Amino acid sequence: MAAETDEGVSDDVSLSGGQIIAALKQAGVEYVLSVPDIHTSLGLLFPIASDKDLRLIRVCKEDECIGIASGLSYSDKRALILIQYTGFLDSLNAIRAVGVEYKQPICMMVGLLGHEAGKLPSESGRCGVRIIEPICDAMGIQHLLVSDDADIPKIAPAIEVAYAQSKPVTILIGRRPKA
Amino acid sequence: MMKRDECFKALARHISDQVVVATYSSAVEWNEINPRVLNYFSMGAMGLASSHGLGLALARPDKRIVVLDGDGSLLMNLGSLVTIGAVQPKNLVHFVCNNGVYEANGSHPIPNPKVDFSGLARSAGYAACYDFAELPSFEQQIAHVLEQDGPVFGTLHIERTRPLTYDYPTLYAAEKRRALKAELKRTAP
Repeated sequence: MAAETDEGVSDDVSLSGGQIIAALKQAGVEYVLSVPDIHTSLGLLFPIASDKDLRLIRVCKEDECIGIASGLSYSDKRALILIQYTGFLDSLNAIRAVGVEYKQPICMMVGLLGHEAGKLPSESGRCGVRIIEPICDAMGIQHLLVSDDADIPKIAPAIEVAYAQSKPVTILIGRRPKA
Repeated sequence: MMKRDECFKALARHISDQVVVATYSSAVEWNEINPRVLNYFSMGAMGLASSHGLGLALARPDKRIVVLDGDGSLLMNLGSLVTIGAVQPKNLVHFVCNNGVYEANGSHPIPNPKVDFSGLARSAGYAACYDFAELPSFEQQIAHVLEQDGPVFGTLHIERTRPLTYDYPTLYAAEKRRALKAELKRTAP
């Protein structure tokens, strides 16, 4: 999927990439499946790529991640799918089939590139950002917004629930995490 | 050109504890020929069979994973060849059943029936690539193909044997997924 590119969005809200990665490990994530996203590139993907406790699988297109995560889950191996919202939108049929109808534990961390500080995603001027939560609602996919450090403790329990109940979850990254 | 049912019957004689990931027409015919707990039916999201197979292969390096992909399906996920070529799972054997048509969707031709899938897989980084168009050759080499270090790719040049009955509710059944997971857990190292 051709991702949207950097527009230099910045704000003063603190969102620690290191704490997010720690939360992933706390949830037992061993694999990260990803197409790069400038929104999470510095704060998450570069640190993950050099983290010896996580195995990064770089894929060519985001819907590959849905199949890989499903295959891993049959042997209780946990994966996080790290993609941009454009890739989430491009993968909707795979998410629908494998995550929703097959009831597989598909855990997605979705970068909301261009999400404006101080606004809810539903208030965004960007169509792509604005429609993600309603799409999740329509598909019955649990979602949570992580916009600052105070939100990070919600990540590990959400992943635990996804695997315990074998269902998908979408973790929306509303701010650019800091490395 | 091989008859698909004859090709699959030959393959079935070499399948024991491998997980077989099959999709659409291949899944229907494989399930009729060799119904078993260790079958994994990848349907509902066309094109993902190879990706499901990669996930299974990563999670269980002790176990061989055999993918029975479709030509139309693989065309929807050609990038997975590159991903698999990069990951280099030694336990993955990836077949594409090439009959040149979208059989499950009216048998319309794929965009280019002359596409060289094995050539694509070779350039994507698979360790070994084969083309099988004759049953005797397939029967002679299949044992080696299934046992060698992967990722291995094989194009099966096949033709439809007969009209298939697409019983998706049976293939999709949640009980099959639960049984597969239980069996993988039971045999985990």
